Amino acid sequence: MPNNSPLIEIEGLAVEARGRAILQAPAWRVPQGAALIMGPSGAGKTTLLHVLAGLQTPTRGRVCVLGQDMFALAPARRDHFRARNIAIVFQTARLVRALSVGANVALALKLAGKAPDKKVIVAALQRLNIAHLANARAHTLSVGEAQRAAIARALAPQPKLILADEPTSALDDANALGAIDLLLEAAVQFGAGLIVASHDNRITHRVSAHLHLAPPT
Amino acid sequence: MIALPLIFAYFRERPFAAALQALLLALGVATAIALLLFNTQSQSRLARDAQAIDLVIGAKGSGLQLVLSSVFHADTPVGNMLLPDAQRIIQDPRVKAAQIINLGDSVGGYRLVGAAPDIIEFYGAQLATGIAHNAPFEAVMGAEAAARLNLSPGASFVSAHGLGQGGGAHDEHLYKVTGVLAPTGSVIDRLIFTPLASVWQAHGAPESHDQKEQVQIAQTPAVTAILIQTRTPLAALQMKRDVNETAPFMAARPADEMGRLFSLVGLGVEVFRAFALILISAAALSVFAALLGALRERRGDIALLRAMGATRGSVFAILLGQGLIIAAVGGIVGVALGHGAIALLARLSPQAAGFGLTGAAFTPGELWVFCGSLAAGALAALIPAVQAYRTDITKTLSETP
Repeated sequence: MPNNSPLIEIEGLAVEARGRAILQAPAWRVPQGAALIMGPSGAGKTTLLHVLAGLQTPTRGRVCVLGQDMFALAPARRDHFRARNIAIVFQTARLVRALSVGANVALALKLAGKAPDKKVIVAALQRLNIAHLANARAHTLSVGEAQRAAIARALAPQPKLILADEPTSALDDANALGAIDLLLEAAVQFGAGLIVASHDNRITHRVSAHLHLAPPT
Repeated sequence: MIALPLIFAYFRERPFAAALQALLLALGVATAIALLLFNTQSQSRLARDAQAIDLVIGAKGSGLQLVLSSVFHADTPVGNMLLPDAQRIIQDPRVKAAQIINLGDSVGGYRLVGAAPDIIEFYGAQLATGIAHNAPFEAVMGAEAAARLNLSPGASFVSAHGLGQGGGAHDEHLYKVTGVLAPTGSVIDRLIFTPLASVWQAHGAPESHDQKEQVQIAQTPAVTAILIQTRTPLAALQMKRDVNETAPFMAARPADEMGRLFSLVGLGVEVFRAFALILISAAALSVFAALLGALRERRGDIALLRAMGATRGSVFAILLGQGLIIAAVGGIVGVALGHGAIALLARLSPQAAGFGLTGAAFTPGELWVFCGSLAAGALAALIPAVQAYRTDITKTLSETP
């Protein structure tokens, strides 16, 4: 990644599926820190996150993440770039059921090309106060514990960018604010940028940079 | 490498299902391995048994029976021929070496073969202890017969009429063991050699046999067969043709009869081979169904892994790896079971042991069976693995919780 590159930079971005527009995004540049993608359901917030992660190819437009033109990369190189630089936190925890919490974190480290060092795993879990759950199987966790485990998994490889998709939509007020604060603190702690896609008005005041998406026409 | 820890985690999640698939595959492989061992070992044993013999001449009847009874000692003789006829045949210039043998009695299930002392050299065998059987009622034991009957030089025994156990004893004639042959790994390990005269004298005893046999013995001594080594392979073919066309007895080549035997046995072997193939195919289908089901269940995991940066190749490897590991475990267990089955057969059945069957020997063909089981596992995993490879990440993420 070139020095001082913005976290993300998009221009003329549009995604169509089966001849129908599902995302039309204005030009947007996030130099660093945290930013919020807002908009009603169907505006294409999740699609934009997927495009930023390199999971979905846009119909047109330019997408630069951490200074890298994502779609100039071959698919396998894009997978490697994502694994080493980007972490995604989903609306639900999406832990691998067959693995323990610690093994889920180890998996993310391996995919990022880092050694699944036990100290790193424990440190990541400690930061989210769930070190005692390292050996617990994913399906035995409460929703809150699972969400923390998912954040620990995302942050352990020290990604440069965290993409969070509706991380608060399933939570009550206290937990919603707790979750967004957790992500913001963790991003600062790990020195990562954070882009959150949400239609949750409860969290808008926590992040200063916003992109408002309107449903595509 | 992310595939292996995930594969084993998925196995740990459903250990019985994975074990069952491996077991099903193992049964197919075991059947194939047992067949292969039986085929290879019995064929090599029969080839070894017939190695010294180019041609067998005996009473008219079935050539296969003549060879089975006189070469492999696995059937009853067709009938007898007269000694002068046998002596005339072995004077043929095409004969390099010949042995006139006489069968009919046994000791504890081991056949007593009336033959000249030089039958030991004829078979290329060697005495481990003692000396050859030179006088009537002297006997040289094959290695296995001596060990099983616990007879060593100096020991004595009585023979029984007939070639199996349970025949009437020739109590009046005591045989004396003069020597024991070194093990050869062939049929003669199970034979007991005695001079031809022993058999004639034993069978001359009026209380042991029926009237018809006594009349025959009173006239001319009879023999069972002649084992012949010819000077050239062509000579064996010519002699066979000449004898069968002109003489009142028949000639058979062990090589021809073995071919016929294998084509007969081969039908049964083919049925078992098809059965093994069906078992392996059924196991592969079960692996395929299980992996396809697992893929549907875990497609959220697959999409997550891709979102976390796993390449298409990595998720392909997870599914393919599961199929291959099940196949490898099934293959290894199957090979062990196949060897175990043959070892058990050799232990439980003296006939099988006598046929030279052993679970302790490996043949190169087993590697192919094992590779076949791996291929079945890989083939079963291929479609699920391709589906994992082609996972539409964004669609799957939106469809799975």
